[in-house]
Amino acid sequence: MTRLRLLAGPDLSLGPERLHAHVERLGPTPVLGHSLIDMLEASGLTGRGGASFPVARKWRSVARHRGGPVVVVNGAEGEPQSLKDRVLMSTRPHLVLDGALLAARTLKASQVIVYVGEDHREARAAMAGALAERPDPELRRARLVAAPARYVAGESSAAVNLLDNSIASPMSKPPDPHEAGVGDAPTLVQNVESLAHVSLIARYGAEWFKSAGRRGGAGTVLITVAGAVPSPGVVEIEAGTTVREVLDMAGGVDPASRAVLIGGYFGTWVDFAAAQDLALDPAALRERGLGLGCGVVGVISSRGCGVCETARIMRYLAGESSAQCGPCFFGLRALADACGRIADKGSNADDLARLHRWARDVRGRGACRHPDGAAMFLQSALQTFAPEFSTHPAHWRANAGGRDAA
Amino acid sequence: MEIGIDRIRCDGRGLCAELAPELIRLDDWGYPIIAASPVPDHLLSHAQKAVAACPVLALSLRQAAKRALG
Repeated sequence: MTRLRLLAGPDLSLGPERLHAHVERLGPTPVLGHSLIDMLEASGLTGRGGASFPVARKWRSVARHRGGPVVVVNGAEGEPQSLKDRVLMSTRPHLVLDGALLAARTLKASQVIVYVGEDHREARAAMAGALAERPDPELRRARLVAAPARYVAGESSAAVNLLDNSIASPMSKPPDPHEAGVGDAPTLVQNVESLAHVSLIARYGAEWFKSAGRRGGAGTVLITVAGAVPSPGVVEIEAGTTVREVLDMAGGVDPASRAVLIGGYFGTWVDFAAAQDLALDPAALRERGLGLGCGVVGVISSRGCGVCETARIMRYLAGESSAQCGPCFFGLRALADACGRIADKGSNADDLARLHRWARDVRGRGACRHPDGAAMFLQSALQTFAPEFSTHPAHWRANAGGRDAA
Repeated sequence: MEIGIDRIRCDGRGLCAELAPELIRLDDWGYPIIAASPVPDHLLSHAQKAVAACPVLALSLRQAAKRALG
């Protein structure tokens, strides 16, 4: 059993932990100078928003640029299957705010902005309540801003665009937000789970952080288990825990299940049997060409259809394009259409060939990585569900809802 | 040097692919796919023409790209 860290303390069903209870349990936010960045580097902490980028490197590059930086606490959890950021904000808001405060002090930030999905009602209420409890001047001045309920709203340049221009669409880079973000100030956009880890590393040190973790992984990770499992939800695991162990924590899973989606909609389908021994750790997954992404582990059962599920998710991702870049807007729509045709009307070689070619074509051709994520997701589906994609039957009658009654 | 593109500005007019077909082809929706390698010296003038002709100023010639932060 994992020793809980982020989710340690009172039972999660009790709601947000109040400031006095948080301070009693963990002590006050430590005061550290620039040495915190060295600690973060030694800990090996990587970002938990999806890109797994080293936290210390991000902080250093914000510190390198001139001007009073802005810290954006990123609680816009746009991934439909992911719940872990919401659970963290709803139950341990002060852990997140400690991390924000440490970032603001270390980087000498002029402003802290707490950016939370507009549809995350509980999480927003918990963060608002927690902000009101804080005596720290940096947090008393902080703004709580609602992020639109869109898949791309949590992308760092989309967050900056929303804060500056009220449009949650990604922007062209350069400049990256760490060079010139909110109001052209260097801007740290950091996921809430990453900030919560920062607050514990600042208290207990890098070695303590690394004392959790298995098979070479460092620290703990929040994972959302979704799909065909007995008890879906959020679990805290030691980095390096295998998929099998995580699925056991979610109540055990039918061993005949078809596949596992690792990393959410920008993630990768892996054959169920092959996924069992995968270690859920950003570095270990990267070595195998996979990614932890936002920490979703989704199971598709033996009765589920990988083609239909892939078609549904591609349709969603196409609809979530911010419609700024042609290859993403037109390309994802075409990919979703071709996928949908195979799902509804049965396999055909032309659409299959198009899927392979277009998935290659759209990669790397957007202002953000939305087309890349969708294309990699699709490519993994084409590989994992290759037999289904080439032999998929027509569901036309079943799905058409009477349109073909004649 | 390499050809840089602002994907948000690009409108898929396609002039670039006509002026520098060795470096730029169009995808099925008319948007440019730019060869990943640096522009070879003997094609630099083609690249310059393509950059200058873009009606929405989406293209640029620049030194090797920096890696974006996550």
